[in-house]
Amino acid sequence: MAKYLIKRIILAIVTIWAVATITFCLMNLVPGGPFLSEKAISPAATAALEAKYGLDKPFGERYLTYMTDALHGDFGMSLKQRGFSVTDIILTKFPVSAKIGGLAVLVALAVGIPLGVIAAYKRGKFIDSLLSVLTTLGIAVPSFVLCTVLMYFFGVKLAILPTLGLNSWQSYIMPVLALAAYPTSYITRLMRSSMLDVLGQDYMRTAKAKGVTQKKALFKHALRNAILPVITYVGPMVAYTLTGSFVVEKIFTIPGLGGEFIKAINGRDYTMIMGTTIFLAVFMVIMLLVVDIIYKIVDPRIKLK
Amino acid sequence: MNKNPLSFQVKIKPEDMEIKGLKPDDFEPASSEEKESLVIMRESVGFWKDGFRRLRKNKVAMVCLVIIIVIIFFSFVVPSFYPYSYEEQIKGANNLAPMEYSEEEQERIDAGEDVFPHIFGTDKLGRDYAIRVMMGSRISLLVGMVAAVIILVIGSIYGSIAAFAGGWVDLIMMRVVDIIYTIPDILLIVLLSFALKAPLADLAATPGFDWIRTLGENLISIFIVFALLYWVGMARMVRSQILQLKEAEFVTAAKALGAKTGRIIRKHLLTNCIGTLIVITTLQIPASIFTESFLSFLGLGVAVPMPSLGSLASEAINGLGTYPYLLFIPSIVISLIILSFNLLGDGLRDAFDPKLKN
Repeated sequence: MAKYLIKRIILAIVTIWAVATITFCLMNLVPGGPFLSEKAISPAATAALEAKYGLDKPFGERYLTYMTDALHGDFGMSLKQRGFSVTDIILTKFPVSAKIGGLAVLVALAVGIPLGVIAAYKRGKFIDSLLSVLTTLGIAVPSFVLCTVLMYFFGVKLAILPTLGLNSWQSYIMPVLALAAYPTSYITRLMRSSMLDVLGQDYMRTAKAKGVTQKKALFKHALRNAILPVITYVGPMVAYTLTGSFVVEKIFTIPGLGGEFIKAINGRDYTMIMGTTIFLAVFMVIMLLVVDIIYKIVDPRIKLK
Repeated sequence: MNKNPLSFQVKIKPEDMEIKGLKPDDFEPASSEEKESLVIMRESVGFWKDGFRRLRKNKVAMVCLVIIIVIIFFSFVVPSFYPYSYEEQIKGANNLAPMEYSEEEQERIDAGEDVFPHIFGTDKLGRDYAIRVMMGSRISLLVGMVAAVIILVIGSIYGSIAAFAGGWVDLIMMRVVDIIYTIPDILLIVLLSFALKAPLADLAATPGFDWIRTLGENLISIFIVFALLYWVGMARMVRSQILQLKEAEFVTAAKALGAKTGRIIRKHLLTNCIGTLIVITTLQIPASIFTESFLSFLGLGVAVPMPSLGSLASEAINGLGTYPYLLFIPSIVISLIILSFNLLGDGLRDAFDPKLKN
């Protein structure tokens, strides 16, 4: 176990380092500095600004300074939002995204798992076919399509849900629904196939032969085994909801980190782009790591290599 | 010939034989044709024929195949003889509803001229929406298919080399795959397509690289990103298949006959996992289309005025209340494309590689 843990943690660190380095190099590849789009400023002022943000130093030196600062949690100042440090912006915007993403993950788990169990139990019946059609649609329809369609019907036509911001609990409904549709469909399918697998196992027959009630067999024997593959999906699901939030936040004008990232890219806010990328990458990599480790602990059948 | 006096054989007279329904030539040896008609073995069926037979029985997959062919026809063939072009701004024809004509066009119709209708209406710049949707689907399909081919080539070569070499080569190659696998892809795609834009624009300005501009710098950078990141899934799949296959007797036989490594990989190993390759490549197409539309929606996709289904939907959001069809048409088309490829991929998997199902 210790060996496995160390291996995974090293891999995670290398991944984060790779992302940080790639991001840094890419940002330095882009010609046209962040101060180009400003109203005519004199070369002297540009030089002063570059000196202030350390953009005039050689590449290697900047890389080293940036990496050491980043290790201390300091991503520098935002180039566009003067007076705000990148860390501050991330810390104020991320909770908003995390709230919507977290809700979407919860909805996906709370809806997807029971639906998958039902589909497996009623295999071949009407409800199974219905769920299979719905989940196929849920996987095929891109989130931006779902967002805009929801917005048109509930926001514009019926006007029962607010179309922008996050001011009341009603305004959470559409973003969370749009974000949860794909993971819910995926979990339903995953749960159905793993449940069917488990229901065919010998220990299920043994339980039935022993006279275990159906309810007990379902919760004690089937569900606990069938839910394992769903755990492995939680990591990728978190990553999906985080990137999915780019679109959802743009459409519903939600002041979250995803919208901030897109804004930073369009405004060439280097420090902001790098800070956000590294932050999100670290978050996703840690989620994947934690989920993998939990999975190994929960399922002792998996051999630790 | 005289009958052996000890024989028990009954002597049948010719007239008796007719009563029993037998003829004298029934007792002659069978000809080779007659023998062949009695063989009840089925004709031997090859890999492709067998797969396609199973695929044809799958109604859902066949419907999807037809839909895909129709969409390909409309996005690659129809635009070449369509009366409008995707960038042509028709004067006075802004924001027309489907099948509506502008005043000037109405006059021409009244004068007895034939005017091709705007089937899906026009956008706010007066461009025919039907042709824009067709061009948008062309971009989506192009991205999906080119990306799938790139992924197929890189992934299968990488995976097969890793599996065949084994040992520390395999170890290092697979650690690289692990790292790329954990890198959040969308983040890096957004970054790359942003960072590659300017260098590609410079490259497009040099003679001989004009084609970059017609495709759009962003589209090229999307391809580069797919080539850099998305092959890892394919590489893992191919590696695991080849690890099993390389222990097979026919590989030992090929080695004993003196075949070189490259030949063994190409002729023996990859041909044996062709089913897996087909299925994963097909399922990769909708995934790439998905990503492209996502990027275009965020404004990081194809360059204007070239439309993409994602950018069409993105532009339509602002006029959602008044012109909802501008949003619904590209949305339906993109969903239909992704859905059809997904279901076709599932069908191909059942037909060519049933082992993959779980």
